[in-house]
Amino acid sequence: MSVIKKIIPSRSGLPLRGALVIAIAAAGMSAGAVQAQTLNIVSWGGAYSDSQLKAYHEPWEKKSGDTIINIDKSSNALSGLRAQVQAGNVTWDLVDMLPSDALIACSEGLIEPLDADTLFAPAPDGTPASEDFIEGSLGECFVPQIVYSNIVAFNTEMFPGDKQPDSIDDVFNLEEFPGKRALQKKPINNLEWALVADGVAPEDVYATLDTDEGIERAFAKLDTIKDSVIWWEEGAQPPQLLADKEVAFASAYNGRIFNAEVNEKQPFSIVWDAQVFELDGWVVPTGKLDKVKDYLMFATDTQRLADQAKYISYGPARTSSASLVSTHADTGIDMKPHMPTYGPNFETAIPKDDEFWADNLDELSQRFNAWLAR
Amino acid sequence: MSDSSVPATSGPEGLTTADGVPLKQSLNRAVRRSRLKALLLVAPLLIFIGLAFVMPIFDMLSRSVDNPEVSTYLPRTSESLTHWDGEGLPDEAAYAALAQDLAAGLKARNLGRVASRLNYEMSGMRSLFTKSARKAGRMEPPFKEALIKADKDWQDPDIWRLIKRESGLYTASYYLAAIDRQFSPTGEIVEKPEYLQIHVVLFIRTFWMSAVITGLALLLAYPVAWLLATLPAGRGNLLMILVLLPFWTSLLVRTTTWIAILQQQGVLNDMLVGVGLIAEEARIQMIYNKTGTIIAMTHILLPFMILPLYSVMKTIPPSYMHAARSLGAGPVTAFRRVYFPQTLPGIGAGSILVFILSIAITSRRHWWVGSPVASLPTSSPTTCRPRSIGGWQRPLARFCWSW
Amino acid sequence: MAIPSYATRGERIWHWVFCTLCALIFLFLIGPILVIIPLSFNAEPYFTFSDKMLSLDPEGFSLRWYQDFFTSDEWMRAIKNSIIIAICATVLATVLGTLAALGLSSRFMPFRNTIMAILISPMIVPLIISAAAMFFFFSKLGLTQTYLGVILAHTALGIPFVVITVTATLSGFDHSLTRAAHSLGASPSRTFFRIILPLVTPGVVSGALFAFITSFDEVVVVLFIAGPAQTTIPIKMWSGIREEISPTILAVATLLVLVSIMLLATLEMIRRRNERLRGLTPS
Repeated sequence: MSVIKKIIPSRSGLPLRGALVIAIAAAGMSAGAVQAQTLNIVSWGGAYSDSQLKAYHEPWEKKSGDTIINIDKSSNALSGLRAQVQAGNVTWDLVDMLPSDALIACSEGLIEPLDADTLFAPAPDGTPASEDFIEGSLGECFVPQIVYSNIVAFNTEMFPGDKQPDSIDDVFNLEEFPGKRALQKKPINNLEWALVADGVAPEDVYATLDTDEGIERAFAKLDTIKDSVIWWEEGAQPPQLLADKEVAFASAYNGRIFNAEVNEKQPFSIVWDAQVFELDGWVVPTGKLDKVKDYLMFATDTQRLADQAKYISYGPARTSSASLVSTHADTGIDMKPHMPTYGPNFETAIPKDDEFWADNLDELSQRFNAWLAR
Repeated sequence: MSDSSVPATSGPEGLTTADGVPLKQSLNRAVRRSRLKALLLVAPLLIFIGLAFVMPIFDMLSRSVDNPEVSTYLPRTSESLTHWDGEGLPDEAAYAALAQDLAAGLKARNLGRVASRLNYEMSGMRSLFTKSARKAGRMEPPFKEALIKADKDWQDPDIWRLIKRESGLYTASYYLAAIDRQFSPTGEIVEKPEYLQIHVVLFIRTFWMSAVITGLALLLAYPVAWLLATLPAGRGNLLMILVLLPFWTSLLVRTTTWIAILQQQGVLNDMLVGVGLIAEEARIQMIYNKTGTIIAMTHILLPFMILPLYSVMKTIPPSYMHAARSLGAGPVTAFRRVYFPQTLPGIGAGSILVFILSIAITSRRHWWVGSPVASLPTSSPTTCRPRSIGGWQRPLARFCWSW
Repeated sequence: MAIPSYATRGERIWHWVFCTLCALIFLFLIGPILVIIPLSFNAEPYFTFSDKMLSLDPEGFSLRWYQDFFTSDEWMRAIKNSIIIAICATVLATVLGTLAALGLSSRFMPFRNTIMAILISPMIVPLIISAAAMFFFFSKLGLTQTYLGVILAHTALGIPFVVITVTATLSGFDHSLTRAAHSLGASPSRTFFRIILPLVTPGVVSGALFAFITSFDEVVVVLFIAGPAQTTIPIKMWSGIREEISPTILAVATLLVLVSIMLLATLEMIRRRNERLRGLTPS
């Protein structure tokens, strides 16, 4: 499950990293007395890691004198953790993970249970952390940072100005909106969208998918566009395919489309209808809690989560951070309308059902691959 | 070398060396010493390969049948199910054991491991275990009613049969999955439902594609290898650099570049439209389909065909063809009857090499879908290096040497 | 490949058709490289030729990806790692492999075919299986995320090339030369360095080169075994392609193509020199 978030090309972070080395060295000298440590933090890499670097890592390194090493292995975080535990040699201190993986890792005892109110700072107005994070977003072993979204985007130049697509039905409508579609090569999101386009209400999607008829209905709907689909596997492909006009529509992570739209001035636009949104956050490998406790308290506070939204169009997971979200650090545009959680964008949103996918991913992936091979 | 003290002997058995040792014995000793010397030379590498490669491979092969989860994390349940005949539902003792195991597993936070294992066999097992375990700590006897009340799935005999079947320390289910088979609830080996069948189809498709790629590679490689083998060494080696350059350019970069060349808005389509061969609206779809795969794979594997062919052709003296021509054979006959048969070993070596590599590359992902390694980063690219087996390492080695 | 003067008209036409055909196949072979080089000067962050590039507007071209590469600490560290790992693995593989090849080419070697099969097995087993297997085994020994682990794994992958090339070289080796050296009073080590080594050098060098390139362009094993400190060039390229399609990897590829050309040219020079020394005419 590769979720790679991208908003700022990583090269823009490079000179900063140089400066950072000097900053660390300086901090190391002044804070030599405090016991500085090295934290191995696993994340997604690319612009997403850059946003964490700027919002969390840099200020923390300055404050504590710690050194943070960023490891780009979140796309294999669950199997990586399993292997490290099996080998009895856990080298990761903090891992950025999807909640569905966290659910499994937690039940396998790979990660620490996290008590929200003792480990995370309360909101500035005193609301305890357990109430400040978006309702239901805290897991037994999981603390969210952001809300991101899987959406379908299109190249505005591929359609006449007076007839731009605006709903998920249009993606499945080859007659009125001709052109290829780029979809991710996995069942998640595609089955949900197929059902919504087939007339299922967003809130009933998972109940329908839980039945054999529902699954068949979803695949039947996908059959109608199968010949026009290019299946992508790496998060970098959708913007490239859209920019090359190889496809008219492409499913993508909203942050990447934002990046192409704002930083590279590409004529892209997002169909927010039926966006499938989910969380992403931290988990602590078993036995590492004491080591990362202070960092975690710092990195999950209201201001830090709001800061991250300056660099990437993913919504902060704390209610108290929402009002602090301001403008994009590089271009100064207002970030709010680009957030998945922005009112008009959020009307028909589908919350990804982690429990459904934890149960059914094995079988549905197999079925999806068999369907592709036919 | 002769010595006057050598006793006079008769017959070969009686021959001795200068210091009086019988010749046969001395020769044996020399052979033994040479043999030991040879072994000593090989020993460091053999030990190294054994430790760094052979042992890991065997270690992993044993994992493909390893099945410790159920017996380790549901010890009481698997114990009490040994006496169950698989008919109807198990007795109260089994339910009680399960309730105890669930509560213990939740406390020890390792229940997820067995849940993951069983969910691989039957969807929905993960949430069944997690939900029931949360209630298991507070359950009162009779446990049968309590568990069924917690989740009615516990009155499904198939689930119990699954737990009993997977209680063994070893399982064949990963191998069955690789050939689209599975255990039925009653334990027989049956075909998977049609909508889940994938591996066999992919095997067949992979073989077919690999055959096409091998054929194409042979067609393209033959003239080039002939040219390289017949040119004078200086120019031949310069052209050889053209063959080797793509061979040593990162596979990742090459595949990405093929997309830039072949896509509808790509270089090749642009050129065809520019020349006027095709209309702007009729750009050809050459990538993200079989055509693209075949073109890119043929490109990747072409050097593996050229090199063995080249090394075989290099050994064919040109005089054979000259002789055939001067004896009156036409160019086609001379080629067909004299030259071509001599290149057959090269064709064989190259074709096997390309065919095997092509299968390895195209099916890399699919092979691991049904195995414990599936969760590892299998989407990693395969780097492409010359591989050969047994007898046909020679043409390749000769090539290496000629460089 | 010159046309003999007695060739018929048909043969002449065939000759030119054949040459065109070969030229086209060569074009197919190096086509991607011909595309990589100009695209690495693309001013835009995509893998496609922009309109400005096609109209040869200087604004469409830039050295930004090369600058990106040379000023990036991560790329520089990746280069350093790749070189360290490749050199160590090559030296190990070459030394062990050459010794073993000497043993294998002895007439008295028992179980030669079995041992040969074991030694070249890293070449036959699919890379993904080797990588996963080594990952599990090496984690137990605490060798994952260390330079030593990656070097050992790459040594195993490079060894078959050395064994095969050196054994092939030795198969044409005249053993009476070593006997002559012995009978003239040379010690075994002197015989090795003065007689055997110079003669097997071409095989050793080609084997070492293959081992070097294997390590230098290897992704799968590094992906499994290496930690962030051991990031190599191919890994950096791999994550480059996954994360964002940035032409920096094209700039790196262009530079690597130059390095390969230099390596190949060096080898060709060694080969020619060697043939001159042996008094052979190039054939």
